[in-house]
Amino acid sequence: MTDTVLHRSLPNRLDNPLKSAVLSWESLLVLVALGIFILNSFASPYFLNAWSLSDLTFNFTEKALIALAMALLIISGEIDLSVAAIIALASTMMGLALQYGADTPMLVAVGVGVGILCGAFNGFLVTGLKLPSIVVTIGTMSLFRGIAFIILGDQSFKGYPKSFAWFGQGYVYWVISFELVLFVVCAVIYWVLLHRTNFGRRVFAIGNNDVAARFSGVRVDRIKFILFCLTGLMSGMAAVLLTARLGSTRPSIAEGFELEAITMVVLGGVSILGGAGSILGVVLAALIVGLVTFGLGLLNVPGIVMTIFTGSLLIVVIALPILFRMWRQRA
Amino acid sequence: MNRLLKHREILLFLAVLLVLVLVTARFPRFAQPGNLLTIFNDTSILMMLALGQMAVILTRSIDLSMASNLALTGMIVAMTNAAFPGVPIPLLMAMCVVIGAGLGAFNGILVWKLNIPPIVVTLGTLTIYRGLVFVISGGAWVNAAQMSPDFIGLQRMVLLGLPLLSWFAIVVAILFWVLMTRTPLGRSLYAIGVNPTASVYTGIDVGRTKFYAFVISGAVAGLCGYLWISRYVIASVEVAGGYELTIIAACVIGGVSIAGGIGSVAGVLLGAIFLGVINNALPVINISPFWQMAISGTAILLAVVLNARGERRKGRVILKTAEAGA
Repeated sequence: MTDTVLHRSLPNRLDNPLKSAVLSWESLLVLVALGIFILNSFASPYFLNAWSLSDLTFNFTEKALIALAMALLIISGEIDLSVAAIIALASTMMGLALQYGADTPMLVAVGVGVGILCGAFNGFLVTGLKLPSIVVTIGTMSLFRGIAFIILGDQSFKGYPKSFAWFGQGYVYWVISFELVLFVVCAVIYWVLLHRTNFGRRVFAIGNNDVAARFSGVRVDRIKFILFCLTGLMSGMAAVLLTARLGSTRPSIAEGFELEAITMVVLGGVSILGGAGSILGVVLAALIVGLVTFGLGLLNVPGIVMTIFTGSLLIVVIALPILFRMWRQRA
Repeated sequence: MNRLLKHREILLFLAVLLVLVLVTARFPRFAQPGNLLTIFNDTSILMMLALGQMAVILTRSIDLSMASNLALTGMIVAMTNAAFPGVPIPLLMAMCVVIGAGLGAFNGILVWKLNIPPIVVTLGTLTIYRGLVFVISGGAWVNAAQMSPDFIGLQRMVLLGLPLLSWFAIVVAILFWVLMTRTPLGRSLYAIGVNPTASVYTGIDVGRTKFYAFVISGAVAGLCGYLWISRYVIASVEVAGGYELTIIAACVIGGVSIAGGIGSVAGVLLGAIFLGVINNALPVINISPFWQMAISGTAILLAVVLNARGERRKGRVILKTAEAGA
């Protein structure tokens, strides 16, 4: 009996690379994305049009930028729930800088700088004081947005210069927006960082077993600190894009972004327990979320109903492979 | 361990007292019994929700869907009441508890049977339940004029000088105290949080116990759905939006460890009351309510720092030896 079990558990040959690529999470995501794309083009006559597709990208690039850094953070076994609050604070600070006559480069510097500082603050609390990141970032989420509320109250900042608005509304070439170009560049950078450098390898090592990583000479705390700063940086960049796109700042800006960014990361196949994931998956998941919300928007589905679809998508896409595995084990 | 927890609760109690004293120093009427009872009544719903959340957090899980669950059950009973004003209120409340427990059970099943991490499951149901509120209501509100007088009046009935809402909180708190300290289920909730592996060896079904925790938090959220709607006399899609984090904040301030296994009913009640006192004190001392969010954020961070120091002193040692044994 034990012999047969052993025999079955040892494969005669290893899966060939082609087969494992076809069966991978990413190819499932490509199929889902294609399916939604085709459904969309049947559902609405306005979908298949260069400008519509260009508008589509505005739907998800800001959140997807955050999702890139968040993916690394979650792979390392931490999480940051404060990203949307960082956007609110960075945007408020940009508005404040505007009141003191800051020009466009200064505004961008303030937005990105505040983002990095907020990320560093999270990173310090988690790595320096050894606190669990989920509670820390729930706390800083209230704190950062709370500061935005203290500064702004029920007011808003308006009157951003035209050259600043370009970051959120401008096009680099024809229908290709600056936001999209920035996202593609960042996606490539993060792909190289995670999959082609020592740093990325260490991120995976920490996520799989941070004690073992520490014993093998990985500076766990420093890497986690850097990851929090990167998440802050990306949130700061998202704050610049979003503020430029909307042209105004309210303290309630970007509410709920953290959940959408995390949805993209988890949908992209990153294990919420850390240690596994890929940038390609996250990019595909961002595209899927963008396609779903944009397609439903074209069909006049209210935003709140769309959230049912993104929420169900998250649970179903994660539950299906598990159910499939259970069914195969039983058979 | 026990002494440590007591120490923590005393600390929290002193913090609440300190806020009361500081505010009363400027506004003597703040600490009058009548006002204190109002604060208690205002905090009742948060106390119950935080107790439900504690049951889940103890098992190393988290329920982010409580506020959406509350909004959905609240909308269902409000619409039921508007359509059939004759249905007796106790029946409606039973309906709330059952619907809420059902929504919680959905979370629990996914965690138990499919082993999906609770944060992912409840992140999904957070948006799904909230979206369903819109679907069933079509985005419309149910307002005071559509609700029956009994529906609105029940929780405002005064019994022995306290509104019924406060009594609900007291009864729920007692039930939770009994559950946590006097029943096998309560014991298992703690055991799973402290050491899941060892719990399996002692015969605890970890998945099933987590499932029960989610059913409990769901049932509480459902009950609070009715209480919330009848208190603020409006049912809409936005009801309790973002409140899930306030609930978790009350737990964390009350000394519940997000890593599971540590927390007490008294601590959670004090955590909720702390937030309630702050919220009530701000307008009195003329600080804009816009400060509220930043202050509760700071309170959470301070509480986490204190929790972590307390846990490191003793709790972790027990955990390590237990894991080495298993």
